[in-house]
Amino acid sequence: MPLIDIKNLSYAYREENGEPIPVLKNIHLSVEEGEYVVILGHNGSGKSTLAKLMNMVVDDYEFAQGEIFVDGINVLSEEITDEDVLTLRKIVGMVFQNPDNQLVATIVEEDVAFGPENLGVPNPELRERVDRALATVGMSEYAHHEPHRLSGGQKQRVAIAGIIAMMPRVMIFDESTAMLDPIGRREVIDTLEMLNREKGITVLSITHYMDEAARADRVIVLDDGKILLDGTPAEVFAHGDTLRAAGLELPQCTALCYELMAAGLELEGPFNTPEQCAKALAKAWREKVVD
Amino acid sequence: MKGFAFGQYYPADSVMHRLDPRMKVIAAVLYIVAAFLCKNFFSFLLLLVTTLFLILISKIPVKIVLRSIRALIFIMAFTAIINIFWFVEKDAQPIFQWKFITIYTGGLFNALFILVRITCMVIGTGIFLTYTTSPIALTDAIERLLRPLAKIKVPVHEFAMMMTIALRFIPTIVEETDKIMSAQKARGADFTSGSLMSRAKALIPVIIPLFASAFRRAGELATAMECRCYHGGEGRTKLRILKYHARDVFFILLLLIFVGGIIAINIFGSRYGWVYTM
Repeated sequence: MPLIDIKNLSYAYREENGEPIPVLKNIHLSVEEGEYVVILGHNGSGKSTLAKLMNMVVDDYEFAQGEIFVDGINVLSEEITDEDVLTLRKIVGMVFQNPDNQLVATIVEEDVAFGPENLGVPNPELRERVDRALATVGMSEYAHHEPHRLSGGQKQRVAIAGIIAMMPRVMIFDESTAMLDPIGRREVIDTLEMLNREKGITVLSITHYMDEAARADRVIVLDDGKILLDGTPAEVFAHGDTLRAAGLELPQCTALCYELMAAGLELEGPFNTPEQCAKALAKAWREKVVD
Repeated sequence: MKGFAFGQYYPADSVMHRLDPRMKVIAAVLYIVAAFLCKNFFSFLLLLVTTLFLILISKIPVKIVLRSIRALIFIMAFTAIINIFWFVEKDAQPIFQWKFITIYTGGLFNALFILVRITCMVIGTGIFLTYTTSPIALTDAIERLLRPLAKIKVPVHEFAMMMTIALRFIPTIVEETDKIMSAQKARGADFTSGSLMSRAKALIPVIIPLFASAFRRAGELATAMECRCYHGGEGRTKLRILKYHARDVFFILLLLIFVGGIIAINIFGSRYGWVYTM
């Protein structure tokens, strides 16, 4: 059974005049444990709403239809209890866009402890979890710092540690790199990749940066509330025109390779990242020189 | 507003810093009581000496300690003057008389006593609470001390949570105020010239976006807290465990002896008619 199983999900929110505005339309999606999935989409494609629904943090369920199963719990069921919601949020951790607005405590380690404290984790296990989570994101030396003195990337890593300390099976990153500078972005992406590869946590990352998508196992493109593409990065990037129509641009290196191929150069993929692209070009160059 | 630090917490490694915050809250209350119990010259002397002793063991520079009374100088001067001029001592010779102004020795002593009382009270509570206890430890201590009140439905945990969040967001919002002010200045806003009224008006374009963003922050924070399974104080554990040590007991005993000393001096004072009893 997949860890997350979404069946025929539709969602709309209510405009001020009472009219429902559809955000998600008949979504079918399942995610297996251990996958690293990037959900791409431009603003208003419904990607954030999808993430929030999985953790039951949308305001209004009036126009929610279909089923979302997370480890067997049906999020949209009428009979969902408060305990189910807590269990759900223990399984699915979420990191948001603005690092400032998700840190609660005035000291880094206290903030990391916030989640497990809510779960009632007793000491000394609590202490261990906090220390381990901080070590995982490489922020141990900042344990006693005040969050507002950290950089954006560091704050976001503290926020991630706060979720790791709750030991979730899935982590959803809701545009967690959108407000960061390039260095902060790299820190966060490296961290989430490591969580997936080394700790086996299922990662669902929502973004509109294509280069982040290139590093995932699987890329899902949302457009206008529907799944447009679903596949490996190479498979998805092969549909350059479809992506452009959805308001997304291929990573520059990938676009370059496709242009060169269109111009007659023979290249061997994949070329999702600058490194792969460089390798493919080098290979083509060598063959040409040998000829 | 760069480098803004909330409160007056002065990080140092002293006995005072290491004492249990709950004990320090109790000590601060005891100290205020002691300051009000003082009745004669010798009890005030004891209070003053004890306060100096507290400054010494807390390793906080005197300059910083004195800064805390600077804000109160006006109030202190005002009470002192009132006491000097309005004090009437029966059957005593005024030491100064000019038209309607009469000053008695008792009045001078009264003014001095009040100055000592206010100074010692402010410095004493400052040393116990704000200088040597971080805001987070203080919130923690207050939550634990007030926990019995939760039984009669006083929202102690909620109150402590609000305090923590407020402390957490003060620097963030100060920073944001700075940013908005710069943004408005770049658009030609002028905050420094004109009448008081026009300066206050110039702040409106700062305050409105600040409030709008504070509400948005509050909404996002609430969502993030829900995601981290926050469901009130019930069943919550705590990372930081407060434990009373021998030094805490020792300190509170010393403080009780001090209060006892003041009471004893008062009793002797009234029996032997020591001078300048209030």
